[in-house]
Amino acid sequence: MNADDIFKQLQAELGENVVFDFHEVGKNKDPWFQVDPFSIEQVAVKLKTDAALHFDYLECITGIDFPDDKQIHVVYHVYSYAKKHRVVIKALLDREDPVVPTLSNVWPTANWQERECFDLLGVLFDGHPDLRRLLLPDDWEGHPLRKDYEEASDYHGIPTIRANPIELFSIKLPEKKAQA
Amino acid sequence: MSEVVFANEMDEEMTLNMGPHHPSTHGVLRFIIKSDGEIIRKAIPDVGYLHRSIEKIGERCTYQGYMPYTDRVDYVAAMFANECWASACEKLMGIEVPKRAQYLRVISCELNRISSHMVALGAMAMDIGAITPFPWALREREYVNDLVEELCGARLTYNYHRIGGVSFDIPTGWSDKALHFLDNFEPAMREFDRLITLNEIFVKRLGNVAVISAEEAKDWGLVGPNLRASGVRWDLRREDHYSVYDDFDFDIPIGTGEAGAVGDCWDRFNVRVKECRESAKIVRQALAKINDYPEDDILGKLPKKIKPDGEAYARIESARGDMGCYVVGRGAAEPYRVRFRTGSFTAMGIIEAKSPGLFLADLVALIASFDVVAPEIDR
Repeated sequence: MNADDIFKQLQAELGENVVFDFHEVGKNKDPWFQVDPFSIEQVAVKLKTDAALHFDYLECITGIDFPDDKQIHVVYHVYSYAKKHRVVIKALLDREDPVVPTLSNVWPTANWQERECFDLLGVLFDGHPDLRRLLLPDDWEGHPLRKDYEEASDYHGIPTIRANPIELFSIKLPEKKAQA
Repeated sequence: MSEVVFANEMDEEMTLNMGPHHPSTHGVLRFIIKSDGEIIRKAIPDVGYLHRSIEKIGERCTYQGYMPYTDRVDYVAAMFANECWASACEKLMGIEVPKRAQYLRVISCELNRISSHMVALGAMAMDIGAITPFPWALREREYVNDLVEELCGARLTYNYHRIGGVSFDIPTGWSDKALHFLDNFEPAMREFDRLITLNEIFVKRLGNVAVISAEEAKDWGLVGPNLRASGVRWDLRREDHYSVYDDFDFDIPIGTGEAGAVGDCWDRFNVRVKECRESAKIVRQALAKINDYPEDDILGKLPKKIKPDGEAYARIESARGDMGCYVVGRGAAEPYRVRFRTGSFTAMGIIEAKSPGLFLADLVALIASFDVVAPEIDR
């Protein structure tokens, strides 16, 4: 099945409020569509259990920050080993309060990918069994992949900015005394 | 390095710290293990010691300027991250890659797959306690490194691929050297089999250890050799028809359960051994066909200004399985968002679920059999 048919089937079975906004993006690229964030688990269960869809492999979860639109997009790339088709779905979240239900009950691999997304972008995955920071230390402040992230000047007394080492090699000429 | 903490004096459960500098963790990786004697109740991986914010760096480099950084995603098999990034950009901008460049990509990647698997196999045998196979495997890796060095000047972080092609054509006489290496490599692998793969102690040690069923492997997003060892015959090179892999004749080895059950640690080892032979086959075929295409036609036509708009997701079969690169451009010279999806990362996710009931020593075998490379987990 191509993405268009999958989109139509989902829309027919789950309703136009749940699955909408299909984007055809041109040759060789993957078309995508939007999913209502609060119904995403329902969509995921449908994708996985429906015999004709049979999506058994969640490839990738990506979060993208769009401060201009005040949104965070969570992008799911899903593939089916059995049917050899794929689909890209996006959940558009409010940037101030990004919450989306977890998919770790549907595809266990979502567990770590969601933790990473939480760590780097601050997206909260509702119902996640173990939503802790994954890559950064537990006491790190902020979420670095947000576009407005500013690095703190130090972390536990370790400065995050160093002097340019090239400057160490430059020769300092003695200042000329002003001629009397 | 390790300390033992008894949580409750009546209970036998102890908390054991393994790593981050434990030799069997392939880099810096830490596990917090709750165990009852030798039997693990739960092993919780703690990653992030090698986090170099590669995705954030990507937002500050130009598209071409990011290429050397992709080497560092997985430094044992740097060629694949190169190719992944290049193909994501090509997909985004609609660039055609000349055939000769694609053949060069295949040759370089397959050689890199051999050298990466050599580290995986040698290190796994060493983790189990067999020291000799490691230098044997590294010897083969050195030959590959010499070849790649002649091709692109680097032995570890290659920076060989370019958006639209590759950076250098093969030097004169290089094909013969590569063929000479392959002639010696195939008997060396048979010797390696006698030394370790089919060694009775080794087979008995790894058979039936940490069995992962096909269903589990799919659910947890295991990819590449780890997935195939569980009996799923699925390889992006065959299924996705990317690059020129359709021109070659090769098999996709899967786990057979000869040492016990399908998907045990020995299967994961054996699949990699077999894959090395398939890679050697592909390199031979590619070297025979590469001169059908004009020399020095190795770089496609790039747009004058590289400021793409849109998004693309490219996938390739790296040494550690399905590697994906998702790139979003917004009409600037730098990408808006770069994301790498790597095989080691998802393989680490399954360890917590798989560990209960394992022996402590078998956890080492499990980690080694996944062939995780710490920088690929943390990126």
